Amino acid sequence: MSDVLVVLETRDGAVRPVCHEVLGAARRLADASGGQVLALAPETCAPDAAALGAAGADRVLVAHSARHSPDGAAATAARVARERGAKTVLLAATVRGRDLQGRIAAHLDTGFASDCTGMDVQGPVFTRPVYAGKALVRVKVNGPVAVASLRSNHFPPAGRAATAAVETVAAEPGTCFVTGAATKSAGRPDVAEAVRVISGGRGLGGPENWRLLEQVADAVPGMALGASRAVVDSGWRPHGEQVGQTGKTVSPELYIAVGISGAIQHLAGMSSSKVIVAINRDKDAPIFQYATYGIVGEAAEVLPALAAELRKLGLQ
Amino acid sequence: MNILVCVKRVPATTTRVAIQDGKRLNPDGVEFVVNPYDEIAVEEALRRREAAGTGKVVAVSLGAAEAQKELRQVLAMGADEAVLLLHADAGFTDAATTARLLEAEARRRGPFDLLLFGKQAVDRDQHGVGPMVATRLGIPCITEVVKMEIAGGKVVAEREVEGGRETVEAPLPCAITCQKGLNEPRFASLKGIMAAKKKPLETVQVDLGAAAVEVLAMTPPPARSPGRIVGEGAAAVPELVRLLRNEAKVI
Repeated sequence: MSDVLVVLETRDGAVRPVCHEVLGAARRLADASGGQVLALAPETCAPDAAALGAAGADRVLVAHSARHSPDGAAATAARVARERGAKTVLLAATVRGRDLQGRIAAHLDTGFASDCTGMDVQGPVFTRPVYAGKALVRVKVNGPVAVASLRSNHFPPAGRAATAAVETVAAEPGTCFVTGAATKSAGRPDVAEAVRVISGGRGLGGPENWRLLEQVADAVPGMALGASRAVVDSGWRPHGEQVGQTGKTVSPELYIAVGISGAIQHLAGMSSSKVIVAINRDKDAPIFQYATYGIVGEAAEVLPALAAELRKLGLQ
Repeated sequence: MNILVCVKRVPATTTRVAIQDGKRLNPDGVEFVVNPYDEIAVEEALRRREAAGTGKVVAVSLGAAEAQKELRQVLAMGADEAVLLLHADAGFTDAATTARLLEAEARRRGPFDLLLFGKQAVDRDQHGVGPMVATRLGIPCITEVVKMEIAGGKVVAEREVEGGRETVEAPLPCAITCQKGLNEPRFASLKGIMAAKKKPLETVQVDLGAAAVEVLAMTPPPARSPGRIVGEGAAAVPELVRLLRNEAKVI
């Protein structure tokens, strides 16, 4: 029997939904060994015990800390893992999860597997991309506890009828703290987490043409905007939108690449998307070799038609 | 201000990955470079030292003998001295092993006011060495930083998180992992390249010890099934939307 500890991510006092997928993976792991799933909120929040229980948690532990401290949260997670004898610690492979995984592993004197896209409960053995997805490795953590972060869109929540018990635990002190947060006003999801993405490249001609992408994104709920490295380096779009090897690696259900030729470092960041649509004026562009569906044509002509056609569907 | 900057030799992002022995990258024909995020860390180190007017920038890398080339480049950019923690297999270590060796070197050559890292190396993509070294040293760490100010013994940094930005504060000494956007790394000048030849580059043989993470197998990503061109121009759009909705079922 070995318990699994999931370190939850909170924002504005609530647990972020991306954690539900991690709880689903933890549930599978715990069920394989007859253990429990413990979910730790490293700072004060109001957990939804029914939602977290349904996703896979048996117990939710809330540490009372007024604000997020990266080193404090890691120390709390490591202490709880030790106290409860958890053999696996899982996190979401988000900016925060990636920040915490190494610290927790260092406290527990073990290794970790980052950004996993698969998990075999025997071992456990994790599958994770390297070289931004140009290859996959299967890895095993050799230390006393396996720490791993899991990518979104790869692990289903448990979807069971259960409510988690909630208890309070002490928080470890930290030396650095989150003292401010600003949300992007656009109201679109982040490209790293979205289930649908539309990205633009040089072929759009200039930053003023991004409204054409926005019109398509506005017609589809939950669609994020992405960009190629070339346009980010040209200052057309912010770094946070870059998809590829020196940007974000994404694996949405739908990825629409517009005016992106398909340089290898871009392909590495998005080629695990379920469905890829390429829109490019050059019929020989490498992106078409990776695309599920392609349209050869000018972005300025195809995008308004696409936005109009999608609006007709009245997607909510 | 004394600054330690940690760098890694990695395959260029244009590399097509071929696998050797089912476990690692085949290096034949691969161009190696300083990890792009580490270049940002080097640039930040140089700017901080220049702003402080005193102190030194020490670059350290865990790598094989070939990594001397990348350390010379960092010296040419302006670092004062460099250390290569040498092991033939060092390009393939896990983050925990790397962090243990870098921590020991940081203690030996320190104390440092600032430790700078790239947010990830673009080969193993582990995102862990910076925060692991900091945790082992017992100092704070702020990761994926896109903006930072240092004043009154304190770092105030901004980092991009999903859908927004966060401000994080920490006292010095502090570790920072650098994200694209923090600065624009300089190119080495001819003068810098000449000067780098005379700067100290020490080599220290290290023992990697047991791996904390064992690679069982490396495989190519699953092949994508061939797609199709739906058509040309706006006329193809209705068919594309029909396929997305009825065949692929993604909208």
